[in-house]
Amino acid sequence: MSKLIYLDNAATTKVKDEVFEAMKPYFSELYGNPSSIYRFAGEGKKAIEEARRTVAEFIGAKPEEIYFTGGGSESDNWALKATAFAKRDKGKHIITSKIEHHAILHTCEYLEKLGYEITYVNVDENGVLKLDELKAAIREDTILISVMFANNEIGTIEPIKEIGEIAHEHGILFHTDAVQAYGHEHINVDDYNIDLLSASGHKINGPKGIGILYIRNSVKIGSFVHGGAQERGRRAGTHNTPGIIGFAKATEVAKREMDTRHSYESELRDYLIGRVLAEIPYTKLNGHKTDRLSNNANFSFQFIEGESLLIMLDQKEICASSGSACTSGSLDPSHVLLAIGLPHEIAHGSLRLTLSDETTKEDIDYVVDELKKIVERLRSMSPLYEDFVKKGGK
Amino acid sequence: MSQIIEYSDKVMEHFSNPRNVGEIENASGVGTVGNAKCGDIMRIYLDVDENGIIKDCKFKTFGCGAAVATSSMATEMIKGKSVEEALKLTNKAVQEALGGLPAVKVHCSLLAEEAVHAALWDYAQKNHLEIEGLKPPVDDIDETKEFYEMSGEQ
Repeated sequence: MSKLIYLDNAATTKVKDEVFEAMKPYFSELYGNPSSIYRFAGEGKKAIEEARRTVAEFIGAKPEEIYFTGGGSESDNWALKATAFAKRDKGKHIITSKIEHHAILHTCEYLEKLGYEITYVNVDENGVLKLDELKAAIREDTILISVMFANNEIGTIEPIKEIGEIAHEHGILFHTDAVQAYGHEHINVDDYNIDLLSASGHKINGPKGIGILYIRNSVKIGSFVHGGAQERGRRAGTHNTPGIIGFAKATEVAKREMDTRHSYESELRDYLIGRVLAEIPYTKLNGHKTDRLSNNANFSFQFIEGESLLIMLDQKEICASSGSACTSGSLDPSHVLLAIGLPHEIAHGSLRLTLSDETTKEDIDYVVDELKKIVERLRSMSPLYEDFVKKGGK
Repeated sequence: MSQIIEYSDKVMEHFSNPRNVGEIENASGVGTVGNAKCGDIMRIYLDVDENGIIKDCKFKTFGCGAAVATSSMATEMIKGKSVEEALKLTNKAVQEALGGLPAVKVHCSLLAEEAVHAALWDYAQKNHLEIEGLKPPVDDIDETKEFYEMSGEQ
């Protein structure tokens, strides 16, 4: 088998042909700067405003509430830092979760250095935010709640509607990092009481280096990138026209295919989960069993370490990822796996497989067959497994 | 979430075809070092003959690619050597033999050196020998209990 099996779609995705075709003219034909006055640049400008309408409509927002950015991390940084600055007179307390992406967590750490106080709310063993803890954490000086829509590692979908309600009852702004959920789950900013939302192009079969921040009209936060008057003066920098067009096209495709894709992927995901749990002993599924992204499966295999697993899968042309420390350059395994209560060594043996609409049942069968052999091989080399067997574990 | 670190061809070769994987029954010495918390545990078995020569040597490792490769290389380097020679094995020598390790993986080679020393210590203890320069190993394996408690789940 020489075909590459790409099961790391939570890391990034392939740009769809349809998306790429839509972007092409804006590289070498319609390359004019959309901010210029002449008619030649007008095409790009029109296309950008059309793209903005497409994106806005998709999440139930108004076009002027959509700001194009350089990606999900920038959007997260903007949302947090600009809100912190704008609301500094009201208070310096922000609430987030323990399982956020580093774009949120590291921004929070930065804000802590500037004198802000951050409460990191716990999640339960399935990775679902503890709403009672969230409520208890709210203070007079709380200015923002930021909780991700769905987790990038374990796929758990958070109770966003409830969180939004809690935030609004207390007059607190609500931001959600929807990078993993945008284009995969139905999102309506009004229904969910979302004030700020981050999304990224490359997670939805669009290009890299483009994202959006939705900012509700009533939310008054400042510019993050200062310079020109682009994006109504709130995000300077020459428009990334091909990126913006690609983002909108990817949104359009995602919207069109969302329901069929969702059922196709979740069926395949459940087949994968079922086979792995049934055929590989001492394995645990991480994340919520049903309230999870349709393409996400995350396992912990006891007695083995994730990086070795990834290298062996790579040797079989399978692309996957792990929450192992060895894959991140630090000594600690993933903060998400620790937050759901896994002991360190179990977290080290984790594997994330994220499917796409191009993944087939044959791919899954091949992966599970290889995975079984690899896990068995690594366990045969593991002193932990040896001890376990000797103690009569088997 | 993760990326695979760049390894030398030699590291990849030892990872893919590790030498001396396994256990030795009634081994002359066994040493286990590392910490499950940090994601690396190495165990080395020695079969030492009456002349103090390491006739056979096996390992088991829980850890990343570098941990497996350094265990494999370390066992290969001490096999056939005397106990005294084996004691002189340094992590630097293991690293060099593997064509270098990425900076974040250097601790793996240190662990291999420690595992060899721990096995030698066990051998010395069992045979009431004093080997110059040999120090008792630090046992810092933890959290293994939770491991067993979790087993059986799903």
